[in-house]
Amino acid sequence: MDARVAPLLEIKGLKTYFNTDEGQVQAVDGVDISIGSGETLCVVGESGSGKTVTAMSVLKLIAMPPGRIAGGQILWRGRDLVPLGSSEMNKIRASEIAIVFQEPMTSLNPVYTVGDQIAEVIRLHQGLSKKAAMDRAAEMLALVQIPNPKARVNDYPHHFSGGMRQRVMIAMALSCNPKLLIADEPTTALDVTIQAQILDLLLDMKERLGMSIMLITHAMGVVAEVAQRVVVMYAGRVAEEAPVDRLFANPRHPYTQGLIRSIPRIDLAAVKKSRLESIPGSVPKLVNPPEGCRFASRCRFAIPDCRIAQPPLREIEPGHKVACIRAEETLL
Amino acid sequence: MAGLTHASPSVETALAPASKKRRFSPGRDAIRRFLRHRLAAVSIVVLALLALAIVVGPWIWRVPINEIDFTARLAAPSWDHPFGTDDLGQDLLARMIYGGRISLAVGFAAMAVGLFVGVVIGAIAGNSKGPVDAALMWLTDLFLSLPQLPLLLLVIYLFRDLLKGLVGPEGGTFVLIVLVIGGFRWMPVARLVRAQFLSLREKEFVEAARALGASNFRLVARHILPNALGPVIVAGTIDVAAAIIAESTLSFLGLGFPPDIPTWGRLLFDAKDYLDIAPHWALFAGGAIFLTVIAINFIGDGLRDALDPRKVM
Repeated sequence: MDARVAPLLEIKGLKTYFNTDEGQVQAVDGVDISIGSGETLCVVGESGSGKTVTAMSVLKLIAMPPGRIAGGQILWRGRDLVPLGSSEMNKIRASEIAIVFQEPMTSLNPVYTVGDQIAEVIRLHQGLSKKAAMDRAAEMLALVQIPNPKARVNDYPHHFSGGMRQRVMIAMALSCNPKLLIADEPTTALDVTIQAQILDLLLDMKERLGMSIMLITHAMGVVAEVAQRVVVMYAGRVAEEAPVDRLFANPRHPYTQGLIRSIPRIDLAAVKKSRLESIPGSVPKLVNPPEGCRFASRCRFAIPDCRIAQPPLREIEPGHKVACIRAEETLL
Repeated sequence: MAGLTHASPSVETALAPASKKRRFSPGRDAIRRFLRHRLAAVSIVVLALLALAIVVGPWIWRVPINEIDFTARLAAPSWDHPFGTDDLGQDLLARMIYGGRISLAVGFAAMAVGLFVGVVIGAIAGNSKGPVDAALMWLTDLFLSLPQLPLLLLVIYLFRDLLKGLVGPEGGTFVLIVLVIGGFRWMPVARLVRAQFLSLREKEFVEAARALGASNFRLVARHILPNALGPVIVAGTIDVAAAIIAESTLSFLGLGFPPDIPTWGRLLFDAKDYLDIAPHWALFAGGAIFLTVIAINFIGDGLRDALDPRKVM
């Protein structure tokens, strides 16, 4: 990685396991991710690839039990979060690392006004008076471009539409000026025009507040639009990591190539009448994951060697890392 | 910005044409829905009148409850005695007013005890997993399976004298009856609260609050409990009615308050021997219990409609 600037967040060899009746689910199994100051990092992968579990592990929001962080470090500005107790984590949550979830419709408490809820977070972390916190809540609503914020603080969540609620959630998450915002599929539940607005808003907030964003998504279109660097996850591991333009120009992991090929292209579809490509098969069960490369069963480049040992994440060019032993031979 | 219109503008313009400040809180919505339930709205008036009569009655109807007048034994209702008299010639209206105070006080106090115990046990069970939850639910099942009336009688028999010594005959009996009735009515509330907690703690807004740094206590007290209270309030109203009936039952069995203190149940108990010669005696007491209980049940019904957010009216 870049040795000159210490990253803001550095996840090293994170392993998050869940104990279930069927056995131990290795939801995240040795993930390395780092985010620099002011960076926008996208984490992509299909459902079940461990994106959300990674994000929840950073804030230690995993239900324990059945979950546990079985290994690795989560270094936040050089300090390991893994051994911290819940009261210390509560100080970091929102004031240093904040998270926005996928479901804006149900992420607000129906019995309080949105102003109350934003003010609660502010008072919790900054100890402002009720009045000052409410004023700040109105400022935050204005910042996320909710019209008429002074009146809207007194509205209840059911007075807001889905996109508006997501704006409120973002206002709430940003109310204590966190250094890092983790956005876990923030636009998945919204319709397309609103999606674009929310993404614009996130990037705008990032510029204004000078924070970093870790955006979790499964939409490659979103990645192309907002990311600076991309981490592709598959079955609880990092498959490929690269700057966004390199990743789209020169994807080297067969899984990344599959993801990019499966983006619907309205321009090509009209001309060639070609069918949309998909990756055959599905994510393997993570109870007893296969030996070796977890993608091998779905990979058209797989050779017997792939199934013997887990391929290491190796840097094939500066800033471009791939976990594939045949990365040099997978050119499209 | 073109896309940034006011959320649901149609609703707001329709409801608040001129005034900007008129916004509908869930509380006001609930009151509106409650008043749509005719019987509940009528019942609340009836209950309010009953409560008013009981509270201010003694100042208006100044006849003492224990003034014995053998010349007017078992008299039918008249201008001197609007509700008639009992076998000792005591004025029944005065006794009804006094008894209503005790009956309603017992009902509400026992409801408070039952709700408090139920909410605490249900919240602890619903918020903790594994052995604590299992043990508390086991305790709840145990209490549910106990034969209540014999146990009530036994507890009152055992502890009545002790409490009488501590806080006097009337206060002692009151505390004992409230504790005993409340102590046997918390189980449905505990189950209800536990079930609410189990579903609410998985809700996204709880997760979101936790993600923003709320402690466990704050999550429970501020985010889960207020959302769980709707069904609990409904259960509470039904509990008031049940407690009034239970107190009447105990008094009817002669195990409630001392015989010289009238409660509605006690009046009914005393009246049973004179049903053929002085039916008014039993009718007024029974009618009062019936009216109160049915009013409270309708109010509970209305509250259930009002507090169910899925119900759009």
